[in-house]
Amino acid sequence: MAHKHHTHHGHHTHDGHDNHLDPMAARVKALETILTEKGLIDPAAIDVIVDTYENKVGPKNGAKVVAKAWTDPEFADWLKKDATAAIASLGFTGRQGEHMQAVFNTPGQHNLVVCTLCSCYPWTVLGLPPVWYKAPPYRSRAVIDPRSVLEEFGLSLSPEIHIRVWDSTAELRYLVVPMRPEGTEGLSEEQLAELVSRDSMIGTAIVERPR
Amino acid sequence: MNGPQDLGGQMGFGPVAPERNEPYFHADWEKRALGVTLSCGAFGAWNIDESRHMRESLHPADYYASSYYEIWIKALERLLERHGFVSGVEREAGHSLGKGAEPKRVLKAADVAVVLAKGGPCDRRVAAAPKFKAGDTVRTKVFNPQGHTRLPRYARGKIGRIDAVREGYVFPDTNAHHRGEQQQWVYTVVFDGPEIWGAGSDPTLTVSIDAWESYLEGV
Repeated sequence: MAHKHHTHHGHHTHDGHDNHLDPMAARVKALETILTEKGLIDPAAIDVIVDTYENKVGPKNGAKVVAKAWTDPEFADWLKKDATAAIASLGFTGRQGEHMQAVFNTPGQHNLVVCTLCSCYPWTVLGLPPVWYKAPPYRSRAVIDPRSVLEEFGLSLSPEIHIRVWDSTAELRYLVVPMRPEGTEGLSEEQLAELVSRDSMIGTAIVERPR
Repeated sequence: MNGPQDLGGQMGFGPVAPERNEPYFHADWEKRALGVTLSCGAFGAWNIDESRHMRESLHPADYYASSYYEIWIKALERLLERHGFVSGVEREAGHSLGKGAEPKRVLKAADVAVVLAKGGPCDRRVAAAPKFKAGDTVRTKVFNPQGHTRLPRYARGKIGRIDAVREGYVFPDTNAHHRGEQQQWVYTVVFDGPEIWGAGSDPTLTVSIDAWESYLEGV
């Protein structure tokens, strides 16, 4: 599935118009047309949904949660015990974030999140999942061979670090809290949030010391 | 069901190949696919478990050849047909050919923010006390249902320990088939890598799943 996207990537980006519809574009267009004619959907609602997930909800939310956990021990403790409430206190609630669990990396344990059965992902803090997260290579291999998966992300973990893989098989959504890198003592919460990548909150990256 | 979705431990799909600076959407139709899917979910005619089951019921060759938004749309077409909203003939025609089923609600632009911020919590009160507590050793059951389940094949018949008692959640195995929410306690169950993957596998690996109580038995 990821390959398919890569193969067609150039095509899609250069051909976003409706005058040469590819089969999927035509299929979705037909569905939207029929549903609109029947009064079952509001095309303006679709615009709002797209705008929400394209521009408003994304990994910046999760990065704020992580940066706050790094700088505020009370918040970190709350996040450990009741992630749903702690995250909601920052204004991040809703669809695919109804039930949250934060898992904290330690020097001895690295956490990695996957959904082998579909594409469960914490939308409220990370936004929509990337293609690779939803595609068979990651979903099949994260649980059996996570070290080689991490290598493909450029992350080599030393062999003595234990890996814990969290397979999101229920409605609990996981947020990895990466370790705060050394050399960041003087940074503000906002500056720290800038360092926290989406992948570090899935577990396919760590947060590097700023250069 | 032992369908194409149950990917944990399967082999042969190749490297992960993450895309640098990946956009949220790779084509405009993917945006509409997201919006149409969420809007139709608001009808209240089906639940998240039924839609997951519809996606995993695609023919395996079709499932593996499709991107995730393609899977969504193919499943949505079937859901709309099953529940009487849009027929195959209408899809062929590209136009409405008459009135269909009545939705419980239609999602309007003005309501999107509130609906998305509210989400669809699945926690429900369970009257009975949880059967297991953190630290207990359990075994996952072996079963191969024709219908929907959230116990992956790789984690069936395995010995693990209860890592955490979560909450009472709607039971997908019945809810997907309109046989009621039948909420149960959910537990995070952790397995040692070699218990799942056998001798010679990474001894520093542990894998956990979130399991409904009826997936588990005491050891």
